[in-house]
Amino acid sequence: METLKVIDVCKSFQGNVAVDHASLDVKEGEITGLIGANGAGKTTLFNCISGYYHATSGKVIYKDQEVQHKTAEKLCHMGMARTFQIAKPFGMLSVLDNVAVGGYNKANSRTQAYEFAEQSLDLVGLIDKKENLAQLLNTGEQRKLELARALATQPEVLLLDEVMAGLTPTESREMVELIDKINKTGITILMIEHIMPVIMKLSHYIYVMERGKMIAEGIPVEVANNPKVIESYLGKGLEVE
Amino acid sequence: MKTKKVEQGTLLVLLLMAVIYPFLSDRYMLSVGISVLLMALLGQSWNIMSGYAGQFSFGHAAFFGLGAYASSILYVDHGVSPWIGMIAGMAVAALVGVLIGFLSFRYKLRGDFFALVTLAFAEILRVLFNNTKALKAATGILIPYKDVWSEFQFANDRIFYFILLAMVIAATIFIGLMSRRKFGVCLIAIKENQEAAGSLGVPVLKYKLLAMAISAAIAAMAGTFYAQYYGFIDPTVVFSAAISVEAIVPCIIGGAGTLGGPLLGALIIVPLKELSNNLFEGVNGVNMIIYGVLIVLFVVFCRDGIYGTVIRRLKGARS
Amino acid sequence: MSLQGLQSLLDGILMGGVYALAALGLSLIFGVLKITNFAHGAMMTVGMYVVFALGNDLGLNPYLALPFAMVLMFLIGFLIQRFPIHYIEHAPTHNQLLLTLGMAYILENVLLVIFTPNYQTLTVKGFEKAWRIGSLTFAPAKLIAFGVVIIVTGCVYYLLYMTNTGKSIRASAQNETGAKLMGINVRNIRAIAFGIGAVCTGIAGGLLTPIMSIYPTLGETFQLKCFVITVLGGMGNLWGALVSGLIIGVVESLSGYYLGGSWSEMVIYGIFILILFLRPTGLFGRGNRREN
Repeated sequence: METLKVIDVCKSFQGNVAVDHASLDVKEGEITGLIGANGAGKTTLFNCISGYYHATSGKVIYKDQEVQHKTAEKLCHMGMARTFQIAKPFGMLSVLDNVAVGGYNKANSRTQAYEFAEQSLDLVGLIDKKENLAQLLNTGEQRKLELARALATQPEVLLLDEVMAGLTPTESREMVELIDKINKTGITILMIEHIMPVIMKLSHYIYVMERGKMIAEGIPVEVANNPKVIESYLGKGLEVE
Repeated sequence: MKTKKVEQGTLLVLLLMAVIYPFLSDRYMLSVGISVLLMALLGQSWNIMSGYAGQFSFGHAAFFGLGAYASSILYVDHGVSPWIGMIAGMAVAALVGVLIGFLSFRYKLRGDFFALVTLAFAEILRVLFNNTKALKAATGILIPYKDVWSEFQFANDRIFYFILLAMVIAATIFIGLMSRRKFGVCLIAIKENQEAAGSLGVPVLKYKLLAMAISAAIAAMAGTFYAQYYGFIDPTVVFSAAISVEAIVPCIIGGAGTLGGPLLGALIIVPLKELSNNLFEGVNGVNMIIYGVLIVLFVVFCRDGIYGTVIRRLKGARS
Repeated sequence: MSLQGLQSLLDGILMGGVYALAALGLSLIFGVLKITNFAHGAMMTVGMYVVFALGNDLGLNPYLALPFAMVLMFLIGFLIQRFPIHYIEHAPTHNQLLLTLGMAYILENVLLVIFTPNYQTLTVKGFEKAWRIGSLTFAPAKLIAFGVVIIVTGCVYYLLYMTNTGKSIRASAQNETGAKLMGINVRNIRAIAFGIGAVCTGIAGGLLTPIMSIYPTLGETFQLKCFVITVLGGMGNLWGALVSGLIIGVVESLSGYYLGGSWSEMVIYGIFILILFLRPTGLFGRGNRREN
């Protein structure tokens, strides 16, 4: 069953078309990957889904409701959370407070918000740093914080925008395990990723974007062997681990 | 934890000083004390909206003036006790604050443009009050003197002092409680990154407007106090840019977005002004030059203010 | 339109010219350098007093005193940008607002200490009588001011669009890093730009000295007006600033005539709020909107 459906979404900025009739489905409980070269329109599409932009045309259906006009706040209340490509920590708040901001989304009390926050921090492995100021975290930790904040909102669908960017190989491996773990707790994931092996390994289903359009889709093996995709990735075949 | 102890310690010392002070001072010193507290109250008001929520206001005189006028007009023309007038003024100021905020945020004004809009609204109110007969125009309002506590008037300035102190304490306690709860934490999140806060389900617009309303109401409270204590108001004073600056400066000197910053800032700046007034008696302007130099020095060298810098150091923040 | 209406239209245009020059300076500082300059009015007053002092104490003709005002203003502007503002360039924008506000207090009150807070008037020989054309009267100082405004504006345009300095200023405004990579000393260039902005507003001030009584805080009344004109013309759009200056001059004069003097301010601030809400890119739509 699809929790999230994107139908024919277009987004243009003063005449420049960034997303051109893109459609995709995200099935409940799965990890759906969205790949494409830089500037293909992935993040713009993400922003249209998560309420950060409003699509110029087309529909976004979430839990059987049209949500393309809803704000990010509303969508978050409806159980859709996202991370940003460039981590946006609230620098002068402690790590715990940062995550608690997300925790308040579904919590009925302060205590519960902080419970949610502690749980998420525990899951991503940042619990030891909870008293630190967020601005003191390194890049890898900031990514984890970003993820923990989104998790604390108790989402049903999680949109991840390049969570691997800027991570060391060790951190990347941890992050892959973490995303898998999160998915196993029953959270549906839609992720944009640059690093092919990562997305091939994690995703159940993959969409490929180029110049604002969807050019291919399928399970990882199909996509990896799709001639159009191979071409758009400089003629190199993709390996599936 | 260390931070918390230092904060509580500082506030306790300030409170003790504030309580003992009026019993050790003469009439003049008491009036200086009241100036300090009035600036502290304005500072705390500005602190909520601009220090915590990050919406830089350059027009707090609008709210201060509305508070002063609401209670005074109700009192002088309709015989309503200024205590009730104060509540009415707070409500009016909060409404106007929400209106300014709603329009500004609706049209996505940010940063200095927001500051300029708040300034423009304050100026509009000044011109409006200065030219409207029904609002006494430029003549202003003289509050008739009676020594009746139920009409917010006291022969003894010490009582005025303690009432103002109570207001400052109430505002400070409010901010203290707020900063540890959902509202306060979310306001800081909004200040640091509005988009990220929104994506975590923080009701950004609602909270910003709420912060403006509370901030405006406190400024209006200060306005009513001003009218009752000094006994005379006119538009060029209560709606002046100088009042808006008085709300900002204690936060800059002490530290915006901190609990004790505006209190400490007011405690430094008012006596300094008085001192330079007395030292350079007869030479107009020297006190304002010192004021200007202080602002420049703090903005360049100590952007977080004295109290703010200490708190940041204690928290181990990068400078 | 009645004769008096026509007269106030005329006065509005002449006054608008002076506004336009002051706003041209602000458009450089606020629109191009992105510094919310709250010392703009005070800098204008410094220009007024330089002309006043040289005229009153040395008997120098106000228009011969202008070059002195220009040099002083350039120095003040250059130094304000080169030192304090430079150090807080990457701080949140409101810090620049506060810093320039502090500067305004310093400038204004230094003037106050030197010249006392009293109103002072510079009488210029030959200007006592207004010139008449038909039933319309022209104050000679206003006419000369308008002429000077046109000349100065021409010079500023030449400087910005024809010289290397001007190109460097515009380049550093558009892309600071790019300009640095091209070997432009951005720090000095920004200071020069601020200096030019200060000169414009200083001249505007100096031109007002023979027209009105001056006092140290007089500049404050022009402060917000200059912001209004800059935003109305579009941030950094210098032509826009000129046209809007004339518009605001006329609006002020006519609304003052038809509604009564003090309401004209309200009309101007009302226009400001409307333009910020509805057309933040300015009337001519070419200015860039500033986010945060």
